[in-house]
Amino acid sequence: MQGYRKIEIIVGIFVFVGIVAIAGLAIKLGQIGGLSSSGYELTAVFEDVGGIRVGGDVMMAGVSIGRVADVSLDDDSEAHLLLEINEGIKISTDAIATVRTKGIIGERYIRITQGADEESLNDGDEIEETESAINIEDLVSKYIFSPDNKE
Amino acid sequence: MLRVENLSRRFGDLLAVAPANIHIRRHQTTVIMGGSGSGKTTLLRLLAGLEQASSGHIWLDGKHDLSCISQSGLYQLRQRMGMVFQYSALLNSLNVYENVAFPLHEHTQLDESVIRTMVMMKLEQVGMRGFEHLMPSELSGGMAKRVAFARALITDPELVFFDEPTSGLDPISAGVVSSLIHRLGQQTRLTSVVVTHDVEAGLRIADKVILLWQGHVIAEGTAEDIRHSDDPRVRQFIEGNPDGPIPFSRNETPFHEALMAGL
Amino acid sequence: MRRLLTHIFGAIGRSTLSSLQRTGDATMLSLRALCCFFMPPWQGSHIVRQLYALGVGSLIIIAITGAFTGMVLALQGYYMLAKFGSESLLGSAIALSIIRELGPVLAAFMLIGRAGSSITAEIGIMRVTEQLDALQMMAVNPVGRIIMPRILATVIALPLLVAIFDVVGLAAGYVIGVDLLGVNAGAFIGEMVTKVAMEDLNIGWIKAAGFGLLIGAICTWYGYRAEATTEGVARATTQAVVLSCVSVLVLDYILTSFFL
Repeated sequence: MQGYRKIEIIVGIFVFVGIVAIAGLAIKLGQIGGLSSSGYELTAVFEDVGGIRVGGDVMMAGVSIGRVADVSLDDDSEAHLLLEINEGIKISTDAIATVRTKGIIGERYIRITQGADEESLNDGDEIEETESAINIEDLVSKYIFSPDNKE
Repeated sequence: MLRVENLSRRFGDLLAVAPANIHIRRHQTTVIMGGSGSGKTTLLRLLAGLEQASSGHIWLDGKHDLSCISQSGLYQLRQRMGMVFQYSALLNSLNVYENVAFPLHEHTQLDESVIRTMVMMKLEQVGMRGFEHLMPSELSGGMAKRVAFARALITDPELVFFDEPTSGLDPISAGVVSSLIHRLGQQTRLTSVVVTHDVEAGLRIADKVILLWQGHVIAEGTAEDIRHSDDPRVRQFIEGNPDGPIPFSRNETPFHEALMAGL
Repeated sequence: MRRLLTHIFGAIGRSTLSSLQRTGDATMLSLRALCCFFMPPWQGSHIVRQLYALGVGSLIIIAITGAFTGMVLALQGYYMLAKFGSESLLGSAIALSIIRELGPVLAAFMLIGRAGSSITAEIGIMRVTEQLDALQMMAVNPVGRIIMPRILATVIALPLLVAIFDVVGLAAGYVIGVDLLGVNAGAFIGEMVTKVAMEDLNIGWIKAAGFGLLIGAICTWYGYRAEATTEGVARATTQAVVLSCVSVLVLDYILTSFFL
């Protein structure tokens, strides 16, 4: 029975390591266990968000500071975004939120440019200044059909 | 102890055991003999409930029908039975001691020291004491068979089935094994059913002999009855004659005719 | 012509019926094993032994496979993403493919090769040498003693092995992506964390448990019903491995399309 005790211990270690791996993945990647709740939420209304998805990045000066928590259409047919901002990040009341693209065909993200105001936004506040997605097709057609371009 | 009524077993078109009526009496050694493929092993497996009968009934003690009994009921009854398989069927993952102690570990709450004493007694009986730490893969066929004996007898069963107990054993071990079966029948009033094609050993230990040929019971009686039987098939079998009513070859047409016809 | 047609359709009908019958038989065997789990006697020590043989025994091969999968994905993913200038997505690309698809499937394949084949061969040999009959004669139910612990062990072990596969694979992908190919470490981890949701992990676990059940059921059934000859066991082992692999892929497709 000495051999069986050894087997029991090794199996115990195996199961423990497996469960630690499961829990580690769930906490680190699945955001279980309060990691997502440490922060605050802001709203922003855009004319056009260019197809941004839930989970998209929110960046400031190229640093990820949060993520898009919800995308919905409000009564005025404008895109209504809920942004989850990490704890400790201060965003001034006159900050500007822009929809940008990583690379040429990369995914969309929200860029927030800090304003000059001393006061910062609190949980549930709205970012007033927004700038919609730059649509490449629009840019191209604007260039082709603009009057200065006619010969 | 066991009464068999109209028992038969088919494998597709092959009739392995023709409808048979057999009575196995308590405290007797019943030997089932027959050539290869005569259906004797199938009959034994039917009696032990390892094989489903195509028809008929097997009555144990006149009240339990083994041919249609629930799984759990069968397991209950099997605690009173033992079986020695042709190739011993020791559990590979356990050593000799654990194999013999297995039924006790499974079905009793006995103290390990008691179990140890019982196991050693049985191993001594079959001459295998001192080998208890070997694994089945380290045993010769004869040694494995003797361990299987000890395992089948460890629970002191009332009914033991032996499938070819002497095959694969050297003459001395075979003699020891057959005298062991005989002695157990005399001393402990064991009921045993032995399947064998070893005529001499079979007739020596038998209280009753059943001779099978192609699934049919062709003779039944005491060893003396069989020895003095007039049936030419019985005579051929116990004398080991190559010529007789039981053909050595299963082919209907003789070989030279088949050869002329282009096989 | 008519004979040919009856021959063809007869063959199709026969094989359909026989495969249906065998599927039913295998399902019944697994269900009986499930019943045995809830009935005495308790087979705890045998489950632990099987976890040791099947789970711990497959650990090293699973870790090695996981590491190389992560490394290949990092190289290949980097090569593709670099063409679109989106190297920063590497972390999420690796994580999603490993967690949703490659982890469960490759770990299942390794378990089949390492443990499934030995399950079938072991039970088949027990059939050949009459050990299963011997258990029955000793009033021990072979389904509860032999089949159930093995099925249960594959069901428990595979999700654990998949989790270890995932962790090792992601770590290896990180080493190649960040240290060797120079992807920004923050972007790698950040993308991974934001893009992988709990649902993705759950899909991975569900798949792993499903594959474990499938492997256990198929491999034990082939062993249990193996023809009692040497060739019979050899054939059963091959068939068990092939059928396990194919049905893991089929179940993978079904589960993926179901959850997407």
